[in-house]
Amino acid sequence: MVATNGMKRIVIEPVTRVEGHGKVTILLDEKKQVQQARLHIVEFRGFERFIQGRPFWEVPVLVQRLCGICPVSHHLAAAKAMDWIVGGEKLTPTAEKMRRLMHYGQFFQSHALHFFHLASPDLLFGKPGDPLSGFAADVAIRNVIGVAAKFPDLAVQGVMMRKYGQEVILRTAGKKIHGTGAIPGGINKNLSITERDFLLKDIDQMVEWSRSAVKIAKDYTVEHLEKLAPFGSFDSNHLSLIREDGAMDIYHGNLRAIDSVGKKIFDQVDYQRYLDYIGEEVRPWSYMKFPFIRSLGPEKGWYRVGPLARVNTADFIDTPEAEAARKEFMAVTKGKPNNISMAYHWARMIELLHSIERIKELLHDKDLQGTDLVAKGERRDEGVGLLEAPRGTLFHHYRVNKDDQVVMANLIVSTTSNNEPMNRAVAKVAKDHLSGVEITEGLLNHVEVAIRAYDPCLSCATHALGQMPLTVELVDHEGNLVSTRSKN
Amino acid sequence: MSDTINFIIDGVEIQGREGQTILEAAEAAGIYIPRLCHLKGLTPHGSCRVCTVLVNGRPQASCTQPVAEGIVVESESERVQQIRRDIIDMLFVEGNHFCMFCEKSGNCELQAMAYRFGIPTPKFPYQFPKRGVDASHPDIFVDHNRCILCGRCVRASRDLDGKHVFDFVDRGPHKRVAVNAEARLADTNLDASDKATEVCPVGAILRKRVGYAVPVGKRLYDEKPIGSDIEAAKTK
Ligand code: SF4
Ligand code: NI
Repeated sequence: MVATNGMKRIVIEPVTRVEGHGKVTILLDEKKQVQQARLHIVEFRGFERFIQGRPFWEVPVLVQRLCGICPVSHHLAAAKAMDWIVGGEKLTPTAEKMRRLMHYGQFFQSHALHFFHLASPDLLFGKPGDPLSGFAADVAIRNVIGVAAKFPDLAVQGVMMRKYGQEVILRTAGKKIHGTGAIPGGINKNLSITERDFLLKDIDQMVEWSRSAVKIAKDYTVEHLEKLAPFGSFDSNHLSLIREDGAMDIYHGNLRAIDSVGKKIFDQVDYQRYLDYIGEEVRPWSYMKFPFIRSLGPEKGWYRVGPLARVNTADFIDTPEAEAARKEFMAVTKGKPNNISMAYHWARMIELLHSIERIKELLHDKDLQGTDLVAKGERRDEGVGLLEAPRGTLFHHYRVNKDDQVVMANLIVSTTSNNEPMNRAVAKVAKDHLSGVEITEGLLNHVEVAIRAYDPCLSCATHALGQMPLTVELVDHEGNLVSTRSKN
Repeated sequence: MSDTINFIIDGVEIQGREGQTILEAAEAAGIYIPRLCHLKGLTPHGSCRVCTVLVNGRPQASCTQPVAEGIVVESESERVQQIRRDIIDMLFVEGNHFCMFCEKSGNCELQAMAYRFGIPTPKFPYQFPKRGVDASHPDIFVDHNRCILCGRCVRASRDLDGKHVFDFVDRGPHKRVAVNAEARLADTNLDASDKATEVCPVGAILRKRVGYAVPVGKRLYDEKPIGSDIEAAKTK
């Protein structure tokens, strides 16, 4: 018999450990110049051990305990891996479209939540012509309540859009959180006419609000470009899934990586072979692994994922309004990849628009009322499932034994991929804004704004409060703590 | 008729028959007495004690206690409900029951019972016992973490399938269900079509590769509480 003695861990740890807060260490050299920054995120990897011995069909539901913020992404990535195990990776049209609908719903609610509740305070409270002043604005107003007071319409839209996304999830996954919709080889329900009509009722309003969200993000970025462009920015590689014709596809595709000027590092890589292309480096000071592109090595092979990376890697977006928005976005950097950290916000809103356009399209698709829900084929003992989660590429990889038990799991979550990029962003901000050897309130806020652009999945608390509990430490070349400052 | 036995449950006069248990007589009259180890078609076991009632003031397992002329049975009183609630509570903390990812969720009698009694979380401390799984059988998955020792599988295998696949071993807190083989279910003569594979009230004996095929909303106890089928018979 196989012991599952890790049982205790799963209920306690994923909940408690994701609720940690971010800690940043800024390292100085002998000349007291910023040398490096390290963002410490307590990542839960005990999960990979916990699911040893569990039956594979349980995993897509079980794995959602990993994260309270992006459960749907984990649910679907695990289901995609399990599709391979049951040989059902060629989904029926109904199954694939139901899963897509679920995923776009999750995307929509996640991006709306981030923009309206977390990012908008950073963007809305700057003095005219000086966006950075907004980052240091009085904390008392620079939160979602401040937004609600000054821009009541926006706050309401944020809430309604999030709610709409959750309604989509409910009708595809069966529950708003921790649903069971995606099963190995397919889906367990279709969309009834009643459910469809319910979702169609508000769809045009959602499209319109998404359109205006893109405009807010665009106007803000373009207007303040000169000041925003250097803020926490650096050149990097970008990685995402891509459809066979080069279109953005957040649910399925092959891997594409480009460098900072747009040259392809690899393209149309079947993600079942991701290990040939992506390595994971362990560093002594962090629990987190650092993924890198093998052909470039750990030093140069780190890459960005998420909205910015996806808009950069895509040749086009196949929904008309998001494509028009993408063109405007790419025009800012003359068609070359955009390496501006703060441009994540604009890219995120383009994806918000894309996902709602897709939802609308899907709701009019009769396949969603189909009854052929599950595909099966030849049983395999290994499967990899990838998708583009709201925060970036998410990797799930499992091996099962002949008794149907999981014997190996490897997960690379988007925040892990963005770990090094976030370190770079913080280092850049620190270089530009640290004066002397003291961490000022202003610097702390700047660091927070830079990290937030990446929408890391730090904790449920972060999202609930609209603030990121954060500690920044300054450490000199001998390892002494020189200064520290925290906020909740 | 001469073999009619008159008695009272919660102030209501009930006619039972000779040889019936209190639980059966109540059920025939449209009164649901909560139960977990009891299952129609299996010999009564009287082990889970969820069906406890007070007979003339004394606690008895109604699934094994025969009806008798003139007895006064208390079933829905606050005192009895509290006994049952505590038992359900204990069943939860003695095992590792994680409804949020258990595939039996919505079809599980233990979970349904907790809902019926309005127990959101157990009041007793979780024991987190160390238990294993047995995945060796090609069609059946056993997860001892969720076993409540109701003995349904033991009785079904013995009485309905004419086999002896499951049995209890050890005592007290160490009591557990074991298979009649060296160590693994695969080494028994259990067949996927055996009745023993269908009777588990919780997610301890499962058909493999079924998982969450039935969506949330379409599961046994999603809409109506456990026991409501019996109670519905009364109102008709
Ligand atoms: S395995 Fe199921 S049926 Fe058998 S004793 Fe345990 S709970 Fe009862
Ligand atoms: Ni997450």
